[in-house]
Amino acid sequence: MTLHRGKGFAAINYPIGMNLGGDPSQALVHSNPDGKFMVALSSIDLGQGMKSVTRQIAAETLGIPVGDVYVDTADSDTGPHCMGSFASRGTHRVGNAVIQAALEARSVMLEAAAEELEVNAADLETDGKGNIHVKGAPSRSITTAEACGAAQFKQGKTVSGRGIFLIPMSDVDPDTGEMTPVSCFAHAALVVEIEVDDETGEIEVLEMNSAYEVGRALNPRLVEQQLVGGAWMGMSHALWETTEPNYPDRSHGPRDFNEYVMPGPGDICTHNIAVLERPAEDAPYGGKGPGEMCANPVLPAMANAVYNAVGVRVDDLPITPEKVLRGIRQNGGARPQARR
Amino acid sequence: MTKKPVQFQLNGDQKATFVDDGQNLLDVLRRGVGDLTPKFGCAQGTCGTCTVLIDGQPHMSCLTLAETVEGKSVTTTAGLENGAELHPLQKAFMEQFAAQCGYCTPGMLMAAKALLDTNPNPTREEVVEAISGNICRCTGYEAIINAILSVAGNSPQRYGVR
Repeated sequence: MTLHRGKGFAAINYPIGMNLGGDPSQALVHSNPDGKFMVALSSIDLGQGMKSVTRQIAAETLGIPVGDVYVDTADSDTGPHCMGSFASRGTHRVGNAVIQAALEARSVMLEAAAEELEVNAADLETDGKGNIHVKGAPSRSITTAEACGAAQFKQGKTVSGRGIFLIPMSDVDPDTGEMTPVSCFAHAALVVEIEVDDETGEIEVLEMNSAYEVGRALNPRLVEQQLVGGAWMGMSHALWETTEPNYPDRSHGPRDFNEYVMPGPGDICTHNIAVLERPAEDAPYGGKGPGEMCANPVLPAMANAVYNAVGVRVDDLPITPEKVLRGIRQNGGARPQARR
Repeated sequence: MTKKPVQFQLNGDQKATFVDDGQNLLDVLRRGVGDLTPKFGCAQGTCGTCTVLIDGQPHMSCLTLAETVEGKSVTTTAGLENGAELHPLQKAFMEQFAAQCGYCTPGMLMAAKALLDTNPNPTREEVVEAISGNICRCTGYEAIINAILSVAGNSPQRYGVR
């Protein structure tokens, strides 16, 4: 038995969102009489931080404390339309819709404040702490709660806004095949180091080093969390998760997601991550969102590392011990490639 | 189907209820006595999110016959916090972002509590061993392991963001 070390590298360009007939998302923002704002979405928070990020975006745009914003993603029957939480589109598509809705609501809030203060709305600014005041004259001030209350109880105005962000469908040019399926790409590069046992075909993942370019990291801790968790999913997809083959017969195989073999807490490795921030022009405050990209570079990097370690090129996933052993046997033994 | 009376301590409170033959503890906790903190995941003992402590030992409540807790003490995640005060493990999970969707969290917390109650200063390997019966699909485990280690007073970060 010999353990062979190998390193694999992969770099990816990852398109944010999708373009199957257009990619719209909507947001509705309104204030309650107490000056708290509600953002209604039909985009679901699966744990990736949709609510946290849209809350931050709404607070930033409205110019109010983040604690004054609530996000409701409860019901796609009563909420505004959204294509959904997939294709890594949430931060980018929904975030842009939230900005548009929040801008409209903000302008009504400022008009209401202007009427109360008897000034021009264009002369007002928010301090992000719950106050609206005249530019250059902070003492001429009203709280956002007072402005929203006055709008609803004195002026008869709804402090609300509608937002939609749409990437329209891009037709394919029949002559050239040219199309513009996406507006925004995120990028990543990853190096993985592994050890392959040439007797059992088992792979131990030793270390990952990666760099992710995600636009502006709107919530750095959530970005970090997604990158770490996503790399685990990539590892699981690359090396573990399958329903095939099963011995001695099919009935011994896993029948649902629950029975997949997945890496446990003892199988994870050191992962050093560099987050590069290049704010994207058409993204909400520059944030693209990491999404599915967290898992993607791990797969090709892992396949390259297996080749580097034992000279076996596995081109279907996952790279199970059986496939590695079959490859080694076919080659007449392990063929470690040059160390990089 | 016969019903059996069962009495047990739930997070320090005396509970008395009737259970069906073969009814599992998870079902009795959630539907019988209304403690929704242990989660229903796989119902076959592979995911660990239903983990509760029975007389201090971690058990998968989906695989535990309810009648076997007669006279015993059951602790769930609802028993961790003290009024408004979160348990140190809950605080660490929150501060260290040790949850994404959060579905595994109750089981992770109970497995971690069982470990720290008997071994207040575990190594990383002991933490890994203690939560190896609990599946997490989101976090990649790293943040969970670090949160548990931080409660035990040491926090070797194995990943870093520059």
